[in-house]
Amino acid sequence: MMVGNSQFDEQGCLKHFLTTEGIEKSILLAILDYAESFVTIGDRAVKKLPLLRGKTIANLFFEPSTRTRTTFELAAQRLSADVLSLDIPVSATQKGESLIDTLHTLEAMHCDMFIIRHAHSGAAHFIASQVSPHIHVINGGDGCHAHPTQAMLDMFTIRRHKPNFTKLKVAIIGDMLHSRVARSEIHALKTLGVPEIRVIGPKTLIPDETASFGVQTYYDMREGLRDIDVIIMLRVQRERMFSALLPSKHEYFKRYGLDEEKLAIAKPDAIVMHPGPINRGIEIASSVANSKRSVILQQVSYGIAVRMAIMVMIMGNRSVESEACV
Amino acid sequence: MQDTEHSIERMGSEIRHSISEDQLSTLIIIGICTGGVWVAERLKHNLGIVQDIGILNIAFYRDDFSRIGAHPQITPSKLPMDIEDRHILLVDDVLYTGRTVRAALNEIFDYGRPASVRLAVLIDRGERELPVQADFIGEKLALKSGEHISISDAGKLMLEITKVQ
Repeated sequence: MMVGNSQFDEQGCLKHFLTTEGIEKSILLAILDYAESFVTIGDRAVKKLPLLRGKTIANLFFEPSTRTRTTFELAAQRLSADVLSLDIPVSATQKGESLIDTLHTLEAMHCDMFIIRHAHSGAAHFIASQVSPHIHVINGGDGCHAHPTQAMLDMFTIRRHKPNFTKLKVAIIGDMLHSRVARSEIHALKTLGVPEIRVIGPKTLIPDETASFGVQTYYDMREGLRDIDVIIMLRVQRERMFSALLPSKHEYFKRYGLDEEKLAIAKPDAIVMHPGPINRGIEIASSVANSKRSVILQQVSYGIAVRMAIMVMIMGNRSVESEACV
Repeated sequence: MQDTEHSIERMGSEIRHSISEDQLSTLIIIGICTGGVWVAERLKHNLGIVQDIGILNIAFYRDDFSRIGAHPQITPSKLPMDIEDRHILLVDDVLYTGRTVRAALNEIFDYGRPASVRLAVLIDRGERELPVQADFIGEKLALKSGEHISISDAGKLMLEITKVQ
């Protein structure tokens, strides 16, 4: 089964936003265009639009994440929706049952949209398959599978700095094996026409199937950074730091940490991105994270506009004349 | 096709007569996308106002959004200055149901609290659904059922009434 297909309704309109896989270019561009018109809202006296007035959006976070949750909350509030955020600790023994019960309870409260963050891959798809037909689901990150809103805000940040995707060389560096962000990014970058995507990291953290995504693999970061326009650093999960998969912290930084010396190998105008939170001195040097080349804080700001765009796309396309969904 | 330049001139002189010199010199003209912007540009020229016009795109304030959605490529609204306590002339091409003006007022107030808002429209075609009236009107037109009005900007602002089948 193509997982991506379950996010469209019978008319082929985007109903849920679960993965960037299988979403065509025109829809990805529509999201970026919508986001563009939402960026300026932050400069106004009243930072609100009435688009989702009267709708209720529930943030269901089964795994903690401050920045993703708060940007989703702000995005929903700027669209005038009512928002509730629930941190739901998952106990391994009862999770299957309690998850469905939680969903039904929230449905009974007349929620219109669920934003799901879950440590298990496929959780958002599962929930989307269980909810009533009028409910929309956004995947706020599931296990090692996908983090499509992060990928879209990264695409937005890239386009703001480098408008032509078809001329870019993009490097994604770090722990590919556990990165839902990287997977979602690769699908989006490919659909948007980026001709060269490089994945850089230690052998132990680059899964064998990576080659089948149509990307190039480099184990030597210095070699992989040559001619690169966009550098996307991935977060090293500290809990994996001391497992057998990774060398020591110091060794990792030496080989795969982005410092000024390695940054100099990329194009002089290359931008540096990171989904946050950053581990200074492990995957990125403080001096690079704080430098002019770093767009890490812009990613956070744009995250609000992009999440607004995605919410509007999936809730506002019930077109009666419906010649097109976007 | 009908030239509308004389309507613009008439509106211009009417505005000059009813707005004090003081207010006129600091007046902010805001055009509603897209036709209203064309009319606003001409009024700005006619009234000799230096300040750039503001552009209002009310797509995100429409009352039928949840039914019909919006086109993703929406030119964002652009108000060139702080509107707090300023006198505003809101301009549109055609005044019909009044819903566009309602949406425009809502959006303007999200930018601040103006001292006053006056409404100027090139065409008033009647058939209001909301209690909204224009202060300055270029021309009143009553359309027969099935008739459609369109404004185009090809150097001159042209008005065309077509029969919809």
